[in-house]
Amino acid sequence: MMHENWNGFTTGVWQNEINVRDFIQTNYHAYEGDADFLSGATPRTAALMDKVQELFRLEREKGGVLDVDVNTVSSLVNYAPGYIDKENELIVGMQTDAPLKRGVNPFGGIRMARQACAAYGYRLSDKVEDEFRFRTTHNSGVFRAYTDEMRLARKCHVITGLPDAYGRGRIIGDYRRVALYGVDRLIEEKQKDKAALAAEAFTQDNIRLSEEIFQQITFLGYLKEMAAMYGCDISAPAKDAREAVQWTYFAYLGAIKEQNGAAMSLGRVSTFLDIYIERDLARGVLTEEGAQELMDDFVMKLRIARHLRTPEYNELFGGDPMWITEAVGGMGKDGRTLVTKNSYRMLNTLYTLGSSPEPNLTVLWSTALPENFKRFCAKVSADTDSVQYENDDLMRPLHGDDYAIACCVSAMEVGKQMQFFGARCNLAKLLLIAINGGYDATSGIHIGPQMPVMTGDTLDYEAVAERYAVYIEWLSKLYVNTMNVIHYMHDKYAYEKTQMALHDTAVERLMAFGVAGLSVVADSLSAIKYAKVHPVKDELGYITAFNTEGEFPKYGNDDDRVDLLARDLTHQVITELRKTPTYRDAIHTLSVLTITSNVMYGKHTGATPDGRPAGAPLAPGANPMHNREENGALASLNSVAKIRYEDCRDGISNTFSITPEALGKTEEARVGNLVAILDGYFAKKAHHINVNVLNRETLIDAYENPEKYPNLTIRVSGYAVNFNKLSREQQREVISRTFHSVV
Amino acid sequence: MSGYVHSIQSLGTVDGPGVRFVAFLQGCHLRCKCCHNPDTWALAGGTEYTAEELVGKAVRYREYFGETGGVTLSGGEPLLQATFVRDVFSQCHRHGIHTCLDTSGSVLTDEAKAALAETDRVLLDWKYTDDALYRAHVGCRLESVEAFLRYLNEREIPVTLRQVIIPTVNDTVENARNLRAVAAAYPCVDKVELLPFRKICQAKYDNMGLVFPFGHLPEPSAEIMAMLNAVLSEKI
Repeated sequence: MMHENWNGFTTGVWQNEINVRDFIQTNYHAYEGDADFLSGATPRTAALMDKVQELFRLEREKGGVLDVDVNTVSSLVNYAPGYIDKENELIVGMQTDAPLKRGVNPFGGIRMARQACAAYGYRLSDKVEDEFRFRTTHNSGVFRAYTDEMRLARKCHVITGLPDAYGRGRIIGDYRRVALYGVDRLIEEKQKDKAALAAEAFTQDNIRLSEEIFQQITFLGYLKEMAAMYGCDISAPAKDAREAVQWTYFAYLGAIKEQNGAAMSLGRVSTFLDIYIERDLARGVLTEEGAQELMDDFVMKLRIARHLRTPEYNELFGGDPMWITEAVGGMGKDGRTLVTKNSYRMLNTLYTLGSSPEPNLTVLWSTALPENFKRFCAKVSADTDSVQYENDDLMRPLHGDDYAIACCVSAMEVGKQMQFFGARCNLAKLLLIAINGGYDATSGIHIGPQMPVMTGDTLDYEAVAERYAVYIEWLSKLYVNTMNVIHYMHDKYAYEKTQMALHDTAVERLMAFGVAGLSVVADSLSAIKYAKVHPVKDELGYITAFNTEGEFPKYGNDDDRVDLLARDLTHQVITELRKTPTYRDAIHTLSVLTITSNVMYGKHTGATPDGRPAGAPLAPGANPMHNREENGALASLNSVAKIRYEDCRDGISNTFSITPEALGKTEEARVGNLVAILDGYFAKKAHHINVNVLNRETLIDAYENPEKYPNLTIRVSGYAVNFNKLSREQQREVISRTFHSVV
Repeated sequence: MSGYVHSIQSLGTVDGPGVRFVAFLQGCHLRCKCCHNPDTWALAGGTEYTAEELVGKAVRYREYFGETGGVTLSGGEPLLQATFVRDVFSQCHRHGIHTCLDTSGSVLTDEAKAALAETDRVLLDWKYTDDALYRAHVGCRLESVEAFLRYLNEREIPVTLRQVIIPTVNDTVENARNLRAVAAAYPCVDKVELLPFRKICQAKYDNMGLVFPFGHLPEPSAEIMAMLNAVLSEKI
């Protein structure tokens, strides 16, 4: 079957089945050259971007939210079309009827929608309140089913950030399918899948699936309707590059109109789109300048995507992120690189439009990537602090060569795997609860197995480890069960119709658990093992402080004595989690990632045996605690690299800040050295790194004079933020982190 | 053979080519007035390492070295522990790791020569082009450093000449021309680096209760550095 819009493409199985990977593999042109071919911003692009910058300025002025439509429930066809500058936009489509105007999305929870409106001086309309009066939201479903213990765990913050009041996110629709096949073909295939189900036993699973496919088909219809409002007919495949970008964007837009998930990632579209661009270039209907304009317009749209959040949410996930993560580069299973000219164009938007946290550009790094591309990435990193890197050589064997990253570090095969997102548990707090025999001194809550407070003048390592294991076992079971409730209810009341329509019907599910406080626990256990830790009890007889005597090895110095404590702890946690079955037989995975929640987590965690005071922030992700690194940057990287990806398949986040002077004396040297560092780190089987090349003084200046740095972007923990959008507390924590510098 | 190490920097990018593991050896017999590591002077102290131990640590970073990086021994004056340097470097070579020595060029004993035989590049600190300044601000003779460079030239060991530019002391066009002439006279010198005098070490002096002899001098401006670098690259 050959659609005329496919003329010029090499045929393959992709025509007979939904198989974007096969289309890419049979049609893409790997590019190993340098960046010299790239174009800058055209006057049209620059003028349009000026308008966007002005909107950003107004948004900042209004306290972070430009406008809210409190009368309309966000969905695909509920808003009239919106534009920045209709005549000059190459790619169109807005979440609501005006740029940066936020919609309300109460499907996850009406309270959150109400509070979010109130936080910015708006009031959710009676109309919306009425619509949801007799409607069960995800949030109310979850709280009906939660056990007392689940509520307590949530209340005392040992498990936090659970997606039980808003969209769960971390699902990547294969938005490319709309461009390649057109919506009609996708509907046709879904109808076939639904029909095929009829031959199966109608168990609970299949009844649910049958209803889900029905909803998917309905929303594919809405997607067409939405595009039609913008004058586009997306029922057929895209016929040129502009349509391919536009169709892909429409699919993504439908998803973010329907869902307000924490992370709404884009996937891996650059190389796919390159195929259309190359075809148009060959046909002489597109120039390099025009190709860059298409990507610029696409990215501009992504940069103005917004969701309405509450201040509590911002405390966890600072900076108003969307996690529109786009995975760039990587290698194919056949040994060819997946880098194309459009991988460069995507990164080039950081120059044509200026640096920016969104989209969350993620380079899939392989030591086999073309040297030219490595060097370009390093240069972009050093210039913009807007790029993160993840180890393609680790992920490719597990996920193939058409996976993407959801949120920060979560790999999934596009259109074939999805994730049940599950926030994280606070391992540092759990250690204190264990030492106190099931009492959380910060909240005054008794939780978990109840036993005596640990005794003795000095904590004994074996006794603490044994005690901790009991609590890890307890929490792991509770954690899985809590997640099961959440995802059962999310499927029931806030199912992602658009995104799941862009997945295979037989999808593989991952359930992503997380840990916070890894370095604090590793250092605390190390202190107990190698120094003398004397517990100090309060008047109630609970241990609330520690006097630590003597030296102990600290995580971040490439010292196996402590690094292996961290490694073994993650292994212990995932092993325990795997013992409790998951909803829909999802595969248990684990991340070491905190976003900016390390600040909030620390606030709710008492003093720890490593010497960290009560309430002080935890280190972010898998980072060593700042200023405990005594042997320089590579020693720190080596420590993190020891955490095994097989234990933490949902990602191991490390944020690395280095001053330009410490990276090398000239730009040439800095680029070469950064490439060497990335090659070395990933050869050590590390998973992820955020790279910032900047001076602490710049951040301090931005802290004090925000108006001087409207667009200062910095990588934080699996994502990038506009520094000014962090809370003061989050900014101070970022400033206090280690900056590797010349001694 | 054991050595005494003041500190280790796992990511060195300014002491030799590429990404380098740098060990600063303890002890120095000179008292340069611009020294930024007074804490490395004392001959006693430091952490004891065998060559195996130190190389064992360095090897953990080899993945980062790429094609150009490697191990640098600095100080202090590393050649005061020349046999240790030789052992470390020869073991590095067994692992295929490039070796670089950061030295004042004031020690040329037989042991030092044996260490140089295992050295792939020397970062030679050519502090002044004038013997009077050497005697006044370093405490040794320029001619001993010249002898050192002659030896490196005979042995064809690649050399990076380095000089700290200190305002009012050596920030002159004449000095830069003289330095260029030195570089031109010795084919082994393939690179000259001017380093701006920095005073972040003031705190170290304060902590040690010492006076930073050049603490009263300003740091050079970027313009001066650029101007002197331009002089260096002029054709003779």
